Parts: sequence; C-alpha cells; structure tokens
Amino acid sequence: MISAEHKKLAQWAMEFALKNGCQAARVSLYNGSNSSYEIRDKKIDRLQQASENALAITLYVDGKYGNYSTNRLQKVELEKFIRNGIESARFLAEDKARTLPDASLYYKGGNPNLELYDAKFETVQPDNKVKLAMDVCDEIMGKDPRIISAEASYSDGDNFSYLIASNGFEGESRSSYYSLYGGVSIKGDGDARPQDYWYDSSLYFDTLEKAGIGRKALERVTRKLGQKKVASGKMPMIVDNLNVSRLLSPVLNAITGSAIQQKNSFLLDKLNEKVFGDLFTLTDEPHLPKAVGARYFDGEGVATKRLPIFENGVLKTYFIDTYNANKLGVPQTISSPSIVTMPLGTKDLNGLVASLDKGILVTGFNGGNSNSTTGDFSFGIEGFLVENGQLVQPVSEMNITGNLITLFGNLAEVGNDPRLSSSRRIPSLLFSDVNFSGL
Amino acid sequence: MAMIGSLAVPSFLGSWTGSKEDKAAAISFALDYFGINETDLKKVLAAALEKGGDYADLFFEHSYYNNIGLQDGSVNRASSSIDFGMGVRVLAGNQTGYAYVEDVALPEMLKAAHTAARIATGTSGKAAVNLTELPGSNHFYAVKTAWDELSVKEKTPYLQKLNDRIFALDNRVTKVSAGLGDTTSHIFFCNSEGQMFYDYRPMVTLYAQCIMTENDKIENSFASRSFRMGAEFLTDERMEEVAQEAVRKTALLFQAIKPKGGEMPVVMGAGGSGILLHEAIGHTFEADFNRKNTSIFADKLNKKVCDEHINVLDDGTIPFNRGSVNIDDEGVEGQKTYIVREGILTSYLHDRISAKHYGVRPTGNGRRESFRMMPIPRMRATYMENGNYTEEEIISTVKHGIYAANFTNGQVQIGAGDFTFFVKDGYLIENGKLTQPIKDINIIGNGPKALADITMVGNNYKMDNGTWTCGKDGQSCPVTCGMPSALVSKLTVGGENE
Repeated sequence: MISAEHKKLAQWAMEFALKNGCQAARVSLYNGSNSSYEIRDKKIDRLQQASENALAITLYVDGKYGNYSTNRLQKVELEKFIRNGIESARFLAEDKARTLPDASLYYKGGNPNLELYDAKFETVQPDNKVKLAMDVCDEIMGKDPRIISAEASYSDGDNFSYLIASNGFEGESRSSYYSLYGGVSIKGDGDARPQDYWYDSSLYFDTLEKAGIGRKALERVTRKLGQKKVASGKMPMIVDNLNVSRLLSPVLNAITGSAIQQKNSFLLDKLNEKVFGDLFTLTDEPHLPKAVGARYFDGEGVATKRLPIFENGVLKTYFIDTYNANKLGVPQTISSPSIVTMPLGTKDLNGLVASLDKGILVTGFNGGNSNSTTGDFSFGIEGFLVENGQLVQPVSEMNITGNLITLFGNLAEVGNDPRLSSSRRIPSLLFSDVNFSGL
Repeated sequence: MAMIGSLAVPSFLGSWTGSKEDKAAAISFALDYFGINETDLKKVLAAALEKGGDYADLFFEHSYYNNIGLQDGSVNRASSSIDFGMGVRVLAGNQTGYAYVEDVALPEMLKAAHTAARIATGTSGKAAVNLTELPGSNHFYAVKTAWDELSVKEKTPYLQKLNDRIFALDNRVTKVSAGLGDTTSHIFFCNSEGQMFYDYRPMVTLYAQCIMTENDKIENSFASRSFRMGAEFLTDERMEEVAQEAVRKTALLFQAIKPKGGEMPVVMGAGGSGILLHEAIGHTFEADFNRKNTSIFADKLNKKVCDEHINVLDDGTIPFNRGSVNIDDEGVEGQKTYIVREGILTSYLHDRISAKHYGVRPTGNGRRESFRMMPIPRMRATYMENGNYTEEEIISTVKHGIYAANFTNGQVQIGAGDFTFFVKDGYLIENGKLTQPIKDINIIGNGPKALADITMVGNNYKMDNGTWTCGKDGQSCPVTCGMPSALVSKLTVGGENE
C-alpha cells in the first residue's frame, strides 16, 4: 500500500534532486507483495512469500539524462544515491530530446476507478490457497495410469505505485492478481515424457477459474501423445488464443518510437499504408474496467486513450514516447499499447478447425525469433495436423518460416475467443499459405 | 540502520591464497559490511528450523548495477540500480520454504525465517550450530580495478570509440547503439550446517547493435562480450573485436537467403554452437527434472547416450568466465563436472536437494538470480571437448546441408526433449563446400536423437564469451557455452519451400 509517508518520501526525493542541480525529475515509488504455493503430487513442494519496495528516479541535469533505482529507502542513503546519479549524468553528452512530457499531455485525474484491485486480497487465507492448488492436483492424479507427475501452483500478489513529475504530474495505481496453474508429465513413446499445462489468472479472487484447470491440463497432454513431424509444405495455419500473441509481439515492437527512430523496424515509413490483410484491425483500449493492462496514464504520466493501431490492414499509429517524439520531430502518442483488442469473428477455435480442409493447428511455440528490420521469422511449433475439419495427427519438431508482412497479409479468418485474462485480447487466428518445415 | 559500505574491492582479496586466515578475514569483512553478527545469524537459523526443517540457509546480497548507453553517436544515457536484501531458505526433505526481506535488522530477518519455516509442520526444531566451517577457497575472478573506481566520465570514451570504429568499418552503417554494463555483488552466506562464505562477484557486459542500409534493404545484427572481470576488461583489442564482429555479422545478411526447409545435416560452427549442448542436453541433465522423473534423460544415468569420442562438461572454474562461480549460491565449491564422458551420461547437474536425493555430492550448480529466489540446479559454462577432425573435413562430408555460425536464442521441452535454436547467420553446404550465406532460421531437434546423431567432432574448440543469459522457473542466470565444430547428421531446418 502506498502510504502518506511513501508519498512524502517520493516528493522529498524529487525536491532533493531539484535542489541539487536537476532542472526536472520524475520519481516513482513501488511496493508490493507476493506469495506462491507449489504442489507436486499432492505434497507442498515450495512455498514462498515476500514483500518489497523500490524507488526509481529519472533525472534531467543540464540537458543530460539518467535513471536510477534502489530498494534502500533511507534518506541518508537516497541523498548519496541521488547525488551520485546527478554527478554521473553530468559526464554524459547533452541530449536536448530528453525532456519531461508537456504537462498538457498528463492524465489529470477524475476518471472512474479502473477497479484493478481486489478488496478481498488480504483476506484469502494460506490454507485456502494451498487447498486450491491441491484441488488442481486432485483433478489430475489417478486419472490416467501414464501420469508421471502432477504439479499445481497458486500464486497471488498486489502492486502499488505512485508517480510524480516536477512539471506537475501526480498519479497512483494499484492492482492485485491471482493465478492458478496445473501441469502434467505423462509417459509417452520411448523415453519421452510429454508435458502440458493450463492456467487461469485474474485480478479478482472470485473470478479466478478454480475448477477444471487440472482436468484441462491433463486433456491437453493426453491429446498430443504420439506427436511426430509431417511433410514440409505450404498449408493454412490456425494459432490458438493461448499462443497467438507470440506472433503479434514482433509487430507491436516494430511500431514503437525507438524502433522507428533507430530505423530498426520492418514497418518503418509505413504509417497510413496498407501493410497487412483486410481482416487485420487492432485497437488499443486502455480504459476497460477490471481488465489486466488497463491504465489511465503510461510510465511518463501521459494520458492514455482509445487508439486505432491497424484498420483493415492499414497502419494507423506508432507508439511514440516523449523522447522519440522530440527526436523524430513528430507528435507523441503513448509509450506502449495497454490492452490490444481485435474485432471478433464468428467462430471459436473448434469452429475454425471444423472449417479447415487441410492445415495445421498450432497449440504451442518452441523457440524461434524474428528479424526486426526485415520482418523475417522462423518459429518452432507443435500442434495438430487437421484434415477435413478433424485433428488427425499430433505434430511436433516442426518450424514455420516466412515474413510477418506476408503472414498477416494472409490473415484469412479471425476467431471469437480472446482470453480476457490477457492484455493481448487476440482470438484464435487462421492464416493461409504458411511454410511448414518437417520431414 | 547503518549506511551500507562502499564497493571497493576488499583489501584481503588482493593477496588471496584461499588460506584459512584469508577466509576468516573475508567473513569478518562480510559481517561488518552487512552489519550483522553471528549471534543474530544463529537466532535466525534457529527460527528457520523451529518447525522441524532439516536444513536452512541465509543468503545476503548487495548488488550495484551501472549502465551507460550510446545512441545516435553519443553516450547520452546512464542508469544505476541498487538491490539489497537477504533470503531465508528452509528444506524439509525435498520441500522448500522461502522468504526474503530487504532489510537485515534482526526482527525483519526473523519474520522471513518464521515464514520459510512453515514448509515443515513439526513443533520443535534443531539446536543452532556454531558457524565454523569456511568453504570457498576459489578465486576465479580476481579484480584488478573495481568498477566503482571508474566514473561515467572514464567509461564514456570507450563506447564512443566503439561507435566510431563501427562507422569507420563500413559506409553502409546507419545506426549504432551500444551499451556497457557493470555489476558488483557482495554475497554472504551461512547455513545450519555451520558453513559461511563471502564472495565478491564482478560482471561486465559490452554490446553493440549495428544497423546497415544497402539500397532499400535494412539489416541488423549485434556483438557482445561478457566476463566476470573488473574494469581491466576495457581494452582496445576487445573494442576492436566487438566492432569487427558486429559489422561482419550485419554485412553478411545482405547476401543471405532463407534456405529450403526440412530435415538435413547441420554442421555446428565452433563457439556459440554450444547452445546446442545447453538446450539439447544441459537443461535435461539438470537434476531437479530428473529426480522428479520428468526429464527425457531421467533413466539414462551411466548409460551410453552418444558417440564414445564425445565429452561434455559443465564448468564453473574457467577464469573470468561469465558462468564461473567461486562457490555456488548454497555454499558448494565451484567445480568442473563431466556430464558426458566417452559417450556415457556420467552426472546430472545437482543442487543440495537433488544431490541428497541421488546420494551424491552436490556439483556446485545450485544458483539463484538474487536473494529474491531460491537456488535451483543451473548450468555454468557448458561445452564439448575437442575431437579429431578439422572443420574442413567435417564440412567436406556433407552433400547438402547447413552450416550454423551465429545464434540468438534457444529453448527446450524438458520432457519431450524437443529443443530449438535460432540461427542468425550461417551458410548452405553444397557438395562439401560452404556456399550461399543464410539467415534467420530456426532449427529444431530432439535431445537424445540429436546427441546420438553427432557423428563428427572438430579439433577447434572455442568458448563463446557473448552475453548468454539462461531463464528457468522465472530466474535469469549468467551462463556461457562453447563447442568445437561438429556434425549433427539430421535436424529440422526452418525454411521456405518454394
């Protein structure tokens, strides 16, 4: 919890920096707590609990810039720490683009509470936490003779932060989280011990999915027994809602201000151009109440707002923070997306699979990477070969390879099943003509 | 609470011989440094065992991180952070209780101890033992000049020179970003078996990312070096090496293509190819997965897993190596561990829990990211010893395949054994010769199969001293890997099919 004393300390640190040579400063103070209970085969394997705090300060000294953080919050140490920070920054090259945001861009308060903190947080008892994880184990153990190991965990935490800037920003945020996980190892072919998992997470204890996690994990591992690689070739690909954001990350990275300013982006100079398929529409929806990722201001205090990112394949915005806006000489937007949403189609994952003559359903990625300047990618995958709308063969040890422009250009259908526990609310997606390498 | 001391190299380290006197001086320094005393430590250990735990340890850490960054031709960014705290671990059989606090006042430490103690469910604990045993004679990363003796002023010219050198090497360079990071950690440890150690751990990381433009094509690559070393790291030779490598790796990409995908032989180049060992066998040899019977190698101890000419080690003793540990994070001496000897799986990588489970001595692989985390089995420097072939001989046996030179990342599924690594650049092999450069492809294989498919090992062993960071259970850990060139007769190479 951020107390009045915490706020006073943050304000003191900011004033101390201003008195000792900084023209501007921003301070954030964080504290939080976490606990986790890991169960293996119905026995507590690990328990962990802690709370922590930290202060971070960004200093603007004679056109120079540094940022510093510490978990030593005694004033006598902070004084030395801030003085050292100022002294260090003075040795840097001047960089006129380093400024606080214009105060007119700050979130000014007054919006309704985003309701990211569960008032129940303090009241969930350790015994109850252990029991929830035990119950997950119960859904697995004894249900299949091939089971080698059942793991489950319950974890939760709360986070509080307070942010102030010397040109007139003050903001506070708090959130809680709960997570319940189940994982299963099972005897497979030869020495293989395939594993799979399922989990749910939520900002609220009451809405955390508590039943069915273990069952789902077991179902996911048993259905993939007998995995093998199939012939290389170009096929349609469905990626499920648990994994699809992996494909989106390099796209979102490519439209950040720093990627654009450093010319490290395959989407450089593409603003307002059609780069992807008609079905590719993405929107940043930062103000959804009770939603993971919701926020009224970013790490600089700049107010968030609903922002179209792509409309029917046309790139509508870059995510540009103060520094890169100054460098590029363009208006700033926001430093990063908050909650990414997509207009939904009509089918869920099963519906997408049922409509596919032949292709591969991807249910997990295994390594891989992409080239930030060209958009070329290559990822390991596992999943299922689909024929005539049926999962006919579990597959693994295969790669997909291509270019993100082509991939999202070939987006053929959008599902209706985003996971609402994620800040990337992307449903299952169907792509045509993806290169698979196997046999 | 007292102010935490400066980070100069403690004087006794200058003439370290590992003698009993040296170690006693180190302990006395550490107690003083953290403002703690043996009486209180014994109280905290007793509280940790109050519910009947078998074993407890206390891990104290004070770390300073400094970074400077260069972008658009000037060093215009500095950052530092301080992390301080202590963690209490309690073991009851294979079970672990863990708690940490960011303060070393006795009531705070006791709070953590009471929390961690709850992993055991008894009502009475062991009596506290005297802290008398002092493991930890190793000195693999002696520091000549401590990082805190250098101000930002003295570091910036180095990055500036690196930047200027990269631009001078190739006129297609359009952007360079570079960074220099140093970390200094003071670690103090004690446990309920009466052991104590102090370790002074330096780390430095230098990286350069290079962006080049040719006609309308833009490519990027990078080079980095990391060592457990003081400021003597900053030599002109090293700067030149990083500059050359960043430029060479980026320039190559303009001619590179994506190969046709599918199963084919892969020649792993010397050095960074050690990522194959890290992913294909290193993780699956970590003993926590094996004691839980969830690793694909769980039944393979003392069995033949590959060609009898192959030896693989995980080594914490290489001087100044990023993966080296004088002593691991649970009081076990840093050591050199053969995991495969003459083709036989000879040892898993153990922490205390798994060593007890298997009835063997711990191998010094119990490592943790920080005081916030419990130790778990982790790799250090993982590499294969030399074989008999020249690289040329190996390549000459391949009619059609891939030569993998540089890598960015890898991953493994412990139970299924499927592992991957991403090849940033390499070459096609056609009729026994390197031909067309290739780039940006993922390679995937299965651990036991790939290991058994290593048919030729080169005589050109090389350690890769890039900034390898391994992730497991949410913990990051510095590691390295190395390898001579080797032929894997069959792996699945990503690529396009028409």
